[in-house]
Amino acid sequence: MSAVMQPVAAQAERIRVQGLVQGVGFRPTVWRLARREGLRGWVRNDGDGVDLHVQGDAAAIERFARALRDEMPALARIDRVIRRPAVPEDAGDFRIVDSEGGAARTGVVPDAATCTDCRAEIFDPFARRYRYPFTNCTHCGPRLSIVEAIPYDRAHTTMRGFALCDDCRDEYTSPQDRRFHAQPVACHACGPRARLLRTDGAAMAADMLTMLDDVDAACTLLQRGEIVAIKGLGGYQFACDATRADAVARLRDRKRRPRKPFALMARDLDVIRRHCAVSDDEAALLASPAAPVVLLVADGARRVDDGVAPGLRTLGFMLPNTPLHHLMLRRMDRPIVLTSGNLADEPQCIDDAEVGARLGRIADYVLTHDRPIARRVDDSVARIVDGVPRLLRRARGYAPAPLRLPAGFERAPAVLAYGGELKNTFCLLRAGEAIVSHHVGDLDNPRTQEDYRRALADYEQLFEHRAEWLAVDLHPDYRSSRLGREQAAARGLPLATVQHHHAHVAACLADNEVALAAPPVLGIALDGLGYGDDDALWGGEFLLADYRAARRLGTFKPVALIGGDRAMREPWRNTYAHLMAEMGWARFANDYAELELHRFLAAQSRALIDGMLASGTQAPPASSCGRLFDAVAGAAGICRERTQYEGQAAIEFEALADAGTLADADDTLAYPFAVPRLKSGLPYIEPLAMWQALLGDLILGTPVPVISARFHKGLAKVIVAMVRQLCADGAPAGGVRRVALSGGVFQNRVLHEQVAARLRAAGFDVLAHRQVPANDGGLSLGQAVIAAARALSAAERRGE
Amino acid sequence: LTHGAGGKAMRDLIQDVFVGAFGQPDAAAMEDQARVPLSALARHGDRLAFTTDTYVVDPLFFPGGDIGTLAVAGTVNDLAVSGARPLYLSCGVVLEEGLPVETLRRVAESMRRTAEAAGVRIVTGDTKVVERGSADKLFINTAGIGVIPAGIEISSARARPGDAVIVSGHLGDHGAAILIARKQLALEADIPSDCRPLNGLIDAMLAACPDIRCLRDATRGGVATVLNEFAQDSGVAIRIREETLPLRETVKGACEILGLDPLYLANEGKLVAVVPADAAERVIEAMRAHPDGRDAAVVGCIAERPRGAVILETGFGGERIVDMLVGEQLPRIC
Ligand SMILES: [Fe+3]
Ligand SMILES: [Mg+2]
Ligand SMILES: [Zn+2]
Ligand SMILES: [Zn+2]
Repeated sequence: MSAVMQPVAAQAERIRVQGLVQGVGFRPTVWRLARREGLRGWVRNDGDGVDLHVQGDAAAIERFARALRDEMPALARIDRVIRRPAVPEDAGDFRIVDSEGGAARTGVVPDAATCTDCRAEIFDPFARRYRYPFTNCTHCGPRLSIVEAIPYDRAHTTMRGFALCDDCRDEYTSPQDRRFHAQPVACHACGPRARLLRTDGAAMAADMLTMLDDVDAACTLLQRGEIVAIKGLGGYQFACDATRADAVARLRDRKRRPRKPFALMARDLDVIRRHCAVSDDEAALLASPAAPVVLLVADGARRVDDGVAPGLRTLGFMLPNTPLHHLMLRRMDRPIVLTSGNLADEPQCIDDAEVGARLGRIADYVLTHDRPIARRVDDSVARIVDGVPRLLRRARGYAPAPLRLPAGFERAPAVLAYGGELKNTFCLLRAGEAIVSHHVGDLDNPRTQEDYRRALADYEQLFEHRAEWLAVDLHPDYRSSRLGREQAAARGLPLATVQHHHAHVAACLADNEVALAAPPVLGIALDGLGYGDDDALWGGEFLLADYRAARRLGTFKPVALIGGDRAMREPWRNTYAHLMAEMGWARFANDYAELELHRFLAAQSRALIDGMLASGTQAPPASSCGRLFDAVAGAAGICRERTQYEGQAAIEFEALADAGTLADADDTLAYPFAVPRLKSGLPYIEPLAMWQALLGDLILGTPVPVISARFHKGLAKVIVAMVRQLCADGAPAGGVRRVALSGGVFQNRVLHEQVAARLRAAGFDVLAHRQVPANDGGLSLGQAVIAAARALSAAERRGE
Repeated sequence: LTHGAGGKAMRDLIQDVFVGAFGQPDAAAMEDQARVPLSALARHGDRLAFTTDTYVVDPLFFPGGDIGTLAVAGTVNDLAVSGARPLYLSCGVVLEEGLPVETLRRVAESMRRTAEAAGVRIVTGDTKVVERGSADKLFINTAGIGVIPAGIEISSARARPGDAVIVSGHLGDHGAAILIARKQLALEADIPSDCRPLNGLIDAMLAACPDIRCLRDATRGGVATVLNEFAQDSGVAIRIREETLPLRETVKGACEILGLDPLYLANEGKLVAVVPADAAERVIEAMRAHPDGRDAAVVGCIAERPRGAVILETGFGGERIVDMLVGEQLPRIC
């Protein structure tokens, strides 16, 4: 290289950019910046990112390199820029050259909410795309939801049926245009059209026709209290006015979803601010290209109907993510409910043919269009916890952006991890990166399971992924584990079986880019249930863990799940099991006879249940933290008899402990727990003292919010006490100063923040989830990195 | 009973208990084998059906039956669901030393009564006594032969989209009865096992519709397992509707508290059938006219997709996959 360096008038550099740089308008940006600085050369995509050659004045090259970072496209993510001096070429004007022979890494990127430029266009009466609901550019618009195959170009998207008009073609082929190579580019003349229909097929009433257009007419329907089905980006949605009790109640009733909170959409931040306090971080998250649903504290001057999020103090708000939503809400100064378009817990509908049969039972009108949806992509959900945005559901706007893996995974084999049973995602891992799928959902639903199988095959094609290893959860009956086992046999691939809570902790490590070779951390995985190494049911675990292995050092008290999965839906079963394990009926009945809780439990089928407990029939012990929450919430009268959605008791119980109550709750009155040892020698969190204090509070008539605050604080304190004990000098995790928090229970903001603050105060470094959910939606990433780490170790042992 | 008595003592035991109980000339002859004229078999049809099963159950006696009832009815049913007319059974017994002869006598009497009800004869048998601890009280093996009439083509691979799915009565009675008896669970109401031979009911069904596609008695693994086998073997989907499933209130109540899905509970006197849609009503009528099919119901239908899947439509328009369970019903909600 150096030998050929000659003093020449112009400097030259070869620059390589790695990260999310394909399919996001990166090359046109390079082209524009290079021309601005008067540089010559070229840019192209290849298998490793973007490769470019610039030559010209040295200061101009410096300015160009800085601008590349400062002015990169909104959807790009630069991981690394490698600059090397180069030999000046006989270069003409800067130009974009074709990708090197099919080597380009496929650029399937997440869908992105309408950018500010496009938004300005659709509201500009003089613009060509005034009120055009499918406006987009390289900085925004549909991607994952329309792509059918690779390479990502228009012919491989659901836009293939729409031939570009001359005007759109000019934009598409001009590097200086922000629609250069924007595959879904369209306009009134050539693109998809929106239509408002009645789901019963009858004609629209005449007064609807006087509205500006069909999208505007949908707004009028919403204002009149109607339920309208809307074909959104990744699926049909139901909308209604969130301030109208009649509309919300009708939607709940027809959708058969009695209590699970609805997501809301508002025209702009001002409308949201009337209902919720919005911090700068939250505002930025709402307005980001991903435009997720953000959980906000509802303490604004105005209120939506109580039926939107019963029993909660948070509202899930999002901003419009497509021009269609922007246009529809233009005249709407109130929030609308915007929830997935189907019955109960089914996946949302994406097929136009199903509109009449499935959506017609719920919505009387549908605002639809003729751009097909290639795959179901739900709205993402995020929340700021402990000062950091954290995803609770990762789908639209985030998936399938690859996560960069930490040092040590550069040579990882290709792994396909199948994820969990509920809130399923799956994960494709390959050298240096992991592609976690969009949220698939609960695999007990047949439609979701069909989607799952389709999406698995689909992603393997889209990302040209050829798995060398498969990974599944240890639970023998997860549908994902079964499919993984079947496919491992059919494809003749090695299968890694991964313990649930180890996967949670490993996902947290990968999420925080902890290096493969880093020393073990203390992982705290708190959730509902996972299958343990010892064939028992786990759910509140303290693990000494790295990517390769995990050792269980501490746990929660194992308490019977009365009726197995039934205990997940009926919190009182956990209350009963806990009280029987701690004190037995005689003592409970004697000491707490005056409690309403006593009367409630006495009225249950105690003879049969006691027989189950005594004989261990359908009452397996589980060291579950989630069920402890249920037990306590049930005792306090929250969702005692039954929950309507997963985690409801814990979520409503958390909602009671607002900031004020928490601040007032004296730390010394936090409920006490002990940390004795099980027969096996394993230390565990023993809740007897907590129960005595809590039942005492119930007798005193202590307000439930105070009970909630005392419980949360007490639990946080004992978790930290357990950590200190395990990490003390000479203890099994002696010297460990880094703690990883994972499992669905850490979505509880109060507990999460209490534990994190107390751990930091005790000198620990705290890792928690950000990019993938702490819940089972993060499992697939954990499974994948564990399988990769084991494969790398095995290869190392073989001396490869 | 003492172990290793052998010879005369054993002969006495068999003579005393079994021959006494069965009292049938073929067995009484005490040859080493039963001899059956082929011509007698050929009168019934053109194919022989032959099956065997071994019965181990704890406790031996339960409400509604005992291991003897089970050993006869189970094998009779395994023959009958092929459409065969069950004719002869063999019976092998393994006894744990120390088992009271009275217990054996009761079991043998149940076998005699059940065989009589089913119209089959126990024609050959064997008894072994093993040391205490080498077996748990009493194991019984029965094998059976029957003859399938010409023209009957029942197979788990014959379900076709559009066909109707029928169950013959209340689900899960046997499984619930055994669980409660074994664990000594306190239940206010009694749940008797449904243990019984089904060949009479099947005769009535075949008379109403000789073209029954699939037929299976829903024993271990319950109706869910049978439906999954039909769906997989036939390459179809099966959709069943929750509200049509016949379920005894007591079983339903017990299942709710126990957290068990009655679709997976064992039955010993219930069958699942797939019949052409246009024959469904006729078959149901014939079944309801028979004492063992009074609560028969159409519970679903065969669909094309997704192949191999069984889908339960719940009351609220929801759907749930009913899959084949590997082991017991294990919690899996995180
Ligand atoms: Fe989990
Ligand atoms: Mg059998
Ligand atoms: Zn745009
Ligand atoms: Zn156009």
